[in-house]
Amino acid sequence: MNQETDWQRFAEQSGQWLRGTGPESDIVISSRIRLARNLAEFPFIRQCSGRDRGQLENSVRGKMESLESWQNVHYVHLDDLSEIDRQFLVERQLISREIAESDGARGVAIDPEEQFSVMVNEEDHLRIQVIHSGLDLAGAYSTINRLDDELESVILYAYHSRFGYLTACPTNVGTGLRVSVMLHLPALVITQQIEKVFRSMRRINVTVRGLYGEGSQYTGDFYQVSNQVTLGRREEELVELVGDKVVPQIIEYERKAREFLVRQGSQDLHDDVSRAMGILTMAKKISSEETMHYLSKIRMGINLGLIDDIEVATINKLFIQTQPAHLQKLHGGTLATSDRNIRRAGYLQKHLSN
Amino acid sequence: MKCQYCEKPATFHITELTGEQGPQILHLCEDHARQFLKNGNGNAGAASSITGALAQTLKLSTAKDELAETDQKACPVCGITFFEFRNTGRLGCPNDYDFFKSDLLPLLKNIHDAQRHVGKRPRRAAAMADQHENLVALRREMQDAIGREDYERAGQIRDQLQQIEANLNDDGEPS
Repeated sequence: MNQETDWQRFAEQSGQWLRGTGPESDIVISSRIRLARNLAEFPFIRQCSGRDRGQLENSVRGKMESLESWQNVHYVHLDDLSEIDRQFLVERQLISREIAESDGARGVAIDPEEQFSVMVNEEDHLRIQVIHSGLDLAGAYSTINRLDDELESVILYAYHSRFGYLTACPTNVGTGLRVSVMLHLPALVITQQIEKVFRSMRRINVTVRGLYGEGSQYTGDFYQVSNQVTLGRREEELVELVGDKVVPQIIEYERKAREFLVRQGSQDLHDDVSRAMGILTMAKKISSEETMHYLSKIRMGINLGLIDDIEVATINKLFIQTQPAHLQKLHGGTLATSDRNIRRAGYLQKHLSN
Repeated sequence: MKCQYCEKPATFHITELTGEQGPQILHLCEDHARQFLKNGNGNAGAASSITGALAQTLKLSTAKDELAETDQKACPVCGITFFEFRNTGRLGCPNDYDFFKSDLLPLLKNIHDAQRHVGKRPRRAAAMADQHENLVALRREMQDAIGREDYERAGQIRDQLQQIEANLNDDGEPS
């Protein structure tokens, strides 16, 4: 396993899942699946002593290293990282905010393509996750199922004949599987139909969250749809519920709303998108929330054919690289909020004006 | 999913960002949601999703005395009491699923509308489901032996642990 992390190289490129490709990628940003797993011989995290956690991390890391197919995977011991570096991994969705902010022995194994990562000592001993670009839950599930099999060949999981994979919180027990699809729904927001759409989803056991998961405000018209239930259904059923039933329906609503906007007041729409472009290319300082807001409009403009000289992948990349930790990594040092705002404006200008 | 405060289906899922203990997620029926929104944080404020669901299942199925008794129960392997679980929503070890089984079943029904796993089975762990207690306890005993420098005993336990793992063949049956 690779122990050296080249942060600069990391910051300059973006993960595969931000390529802006894959099915339905004008609306679906990414398809993510995670599995919660625990080791049979350790208590769950809350009852682990500091020493237990250290031993658990070492043991898991050693076992990952023993896997032939994991030789290129980076292992990062999070306790050694600065706050900015941990925040950087959160912004790339490779680790959760919870593990970044907790303390004690914990880490993450990261695939060089950034399509998968495995957190060690999060709420559960292991949180395996796979992210694919666009709507590709079947592909993501087949990848994560393979990773799970590989880990299981060297790690003895806590598994119960009746309750399935045992997890620290009973809301994850059974499959331990959470499917999340990230959607960009600006037209449903503009036409004020978003609430109505989600209200109709509530009956079928899915939850909706903002871009950075639990507890976050919705930012830049991005919404994450996930399954609520993990027990009593097969993994494939849960994947189908979100990927074949719920998400295609939302996509259809969003497309209808986009068509409606184009048909209706194309002047208003043009104005909206052009103003967003104006601000992002001319502003001298800009916050990350404002950036999100306007980048979202430009992304919509590209998808509606109003802008044709910028790629969606560029916008996807800017969403990540204009966030606080990324800006600081690219700059190569700590920046105060006001300096970040200046730097962010410069960065946007450089990448958006031709 | 049912409302945290009654038997009706939860049609409102509210994230309360200003609660004293950080963000909380509430699952409420229309009536309780209206009441919650009208009263500010009302009496629903203290509930996060799991502790709320627990409060509901317990209120429905358990008399006060019984609840106090349940709260005192402590898992012999990891030591957490049901009260601690109820407050944090997190269990302490795999054995808790058996030790608190009768108290967890109604909760699982409430959260998942199911009480039995039907999905993937790991190839190796399937047959050792009932040995969790042994594994966590054995490992701890080994740590204790190392602590008091009884390396002979620690070695014996290590062999025993390895034996258990080795006994799990690929069919998930003990060999």
